Amino acid sequence: MFAYHLRLALRSLGRTPGLSALMVVAIGLGIGVCMTMLSVYALMAGDPIPHKSDRLYAVQLDNWDPNQPFNEPNEPPNQLTWRDAQALAERSPAGIARAAMSGVGVVFEVPDAPEVRPEIVTGRATTGDFFAMFDVPFRYGGGWDKLADADAAQVVVLSRELNDGLFGGENSVGRSVRVGDTYLRVVGVVDDWDPTPRFYDLSSGAFSPVDDAFVPLSLFDRHREDWGINGSVNCFEPPPAEGIFESECVFTQFWVELPDETSVRDYHAFLDAYVQEQKQLGRFQRPLNNRLSDVNEWLDINEVVQDDNTVLLGLSFMFLAVCLLNTVGLLLAKFLGRAGDVGVRRALGASRAVVFQQHLIEVGVLGAIGGVVGLGLAWAGLAGVRSLYADYERVAQLNLELVAVAIGLAILAGVIAGLYPAWRICRIAPAVYLKTQ
Amino acid sequence: MLKMNSVSKIYRTDMVQTSALREFSLEIEEGEFVAVTGPSGSGKTTFLNIAGLLETFDSGSYELDGQDVSRLGDDARSRIRNGKIGFIFQGFNLIPDLNVFDNVDVPLRYRGMGKAQREQCIRESLELVGLAARMKHLPAQLSGGQQQRVAIARALAGGPRFLLADEPTGNLDSVMARQVLELLEQINSLGTTIVMVTHDMELARRAHRNVHMLDGQVTDFTEFDAALRLHQERVALAGA
Repeated sequence: MFAYHLRLALRSLGRTPGLSALMVVAIGLGIGVCMTMLSVYALMAGDPIPHKSDRLYAVQLDNWDPNQPFNEPNEPPNQLTWRDAQALAERSPAGIARAAMSGVGVVFEVPDAPEVRPEIVTGRATTGDFFAMFDVPFRYGGGWDKLADADAAQVVVLSRELNDGLFGGENSVGRSVRVGDTYLRVVGVVDDWDPTPRFYDLSSGAFSPVDDAFVPLSLFDRHREDWGINGSVNCFEPPPAEGIFESECVFTQFWVELPDETSVRDYHAFLDAYVQEQKQLGRFQRPLNNRLSDVNEWLDINEVVQDDNTVLLGLSFMFLAVCLLNTVGLLLAKFLGRAGDVGVRRALGASRAVVFQQHLIEVGVLGAIGGVVGLGLAWAGLAGVRSLYADYERVAQLNLELVAVAIGLAILAGVIAGLYPAWRICRIAPAVYLKTQ
Repeated sequence: MLKMNSVSKIYRTDMVQTSALREFSLEIEEGEFVAVTGPSGSGKTTFLNIAGLLETFDSGSYELDGQDVSRLGDDARSRIRNGKIGFIFQGFNLIPDLNVFDNVDVPLRYRGMGKAQREQCIRESLELVGLAARMKHLPAQLSGGQQQRVAIARALAGGPRFLLADEPTGNLDSVMARQVLELLEQINSLGTTIVMVTHDMELARRAHRNVHMLDGQVTDFTEFDAALRLHQERVALAGA
């Protein structure tokens, strides 16, 4: 019966092409606007590492100005100083995975292939635990170990894109890149990896692309006078003569992996003890205000999804509701316009339930076609968003999941819009229409 | 076959009440060909709609094929309509964007029959009305008489035992009307009970019995001897 009703639905849509087109456009517009906003929102609000987002914690220490907080009402800085990150990396209790990191900007050359153009690299100096903590997949090789961290080993992990650019996508493990006079041995090439938002460092934009390369934090420390920091640097007082790395300026991120509540409590105590010790040295003049935030809390604190986006999403659904109300009117006109046919079908044995089903399938088909039109509009809308807002380049994208959501939402919207018209048409008194047809 | 006892039907609006049937009683035997006549507004069509389970009634009782159908729900009424009753209308009521084959197919679809069985039923009923060669035609491509024959084929496709015809020749010229009537007589001779509402007394005289209605009640029964005799002979022959 479903196939029969599907055939009737297609025939019915063809019988009134103008009216059908109006309804498809109404549904399509609503879906298009909704999907444009929903796709941006979904990627913004999505959990970038769902299987362990409740075990990864961003660390905040309040070393800020004693006279005013970093952010009202009493928020600590969202990054750490270089020396605090170094100290926590060294002194955190054994067995706790930790990742201190900072953005770094360098130029890579391939010494044994002078024809390859040098690449300006947005990299990340970090500790070896980074790769396991954040589940970074490897295409070739792997990360580095604690010994490499301790020795400031001259090693590098490349992103797949950078490996494509420098080595033509070949397995480059064992080959070298040069930064100035320093040779770095490639130990790994990351496979496709694109956590969105880029939760581990929100300071330079939640939707920035992942880094091109990764080097040991200790190596960056050794070359800190030559290599540049890449990311936001916040200071509440001018840096001292010794430089920014010895200052109270914050530009370093620090994450730990804590498997349960006890370890969170213990690590909090460790942080408090560390800050108390620093207070003895005259630092950390604000009251104790250390924070541990898991990934989703961290995204909330940093307002990755702004209120504006939520309001816009709500408005887009209201627009869809208006489109559906229009569709209800058009469907009523269409269905009641063929009450005679329904009367005949009722006389020939169709029950109300069957007539209801027939018309719901028709609006489902209408919704599906509207969904396809809506997808086209959403695609155009997202292209518009990308052209207007460079920051949204990575978020304003359609993926297979969203395409499925769009079609599902369109069919659901169509069915909801069709419920009342279908109910009305299945309740008609057939005898009236049989005599007057 | 059909037994209505003291059936009443009142149409109500905010302003007025109209009694369409008043204490209406009628019995029709299996295999009969009954004509229902009467002036406009006498309740003929209301009777036919109630008989065909297209409308409910306010009081009285109605047995169809030995089953009390007074209190059945929509699903059960629809199943009975689909399985036991065929309808023929004055305006043919073919679905305009379905071809002849698909129009005849409609009641069979609701019966849940398989494709091969449906095709056989459609072919047989279209052959019976002489339109097997026009299966792919749309209703608009047929004459009025042909359209009515398609409607008859559709009514017959599921093998109903009870055929309800509301002015089946009302939109046809005399030649086509005669052809349709002869077809109905042929169908009746095969054992199908027919109730035909008509204004045309000439047509009514060819039925076995005429039920005359006025103001929602039966006012007169007339048995047409010749037709009844012919019917009895046919029944006897069939029995032999």
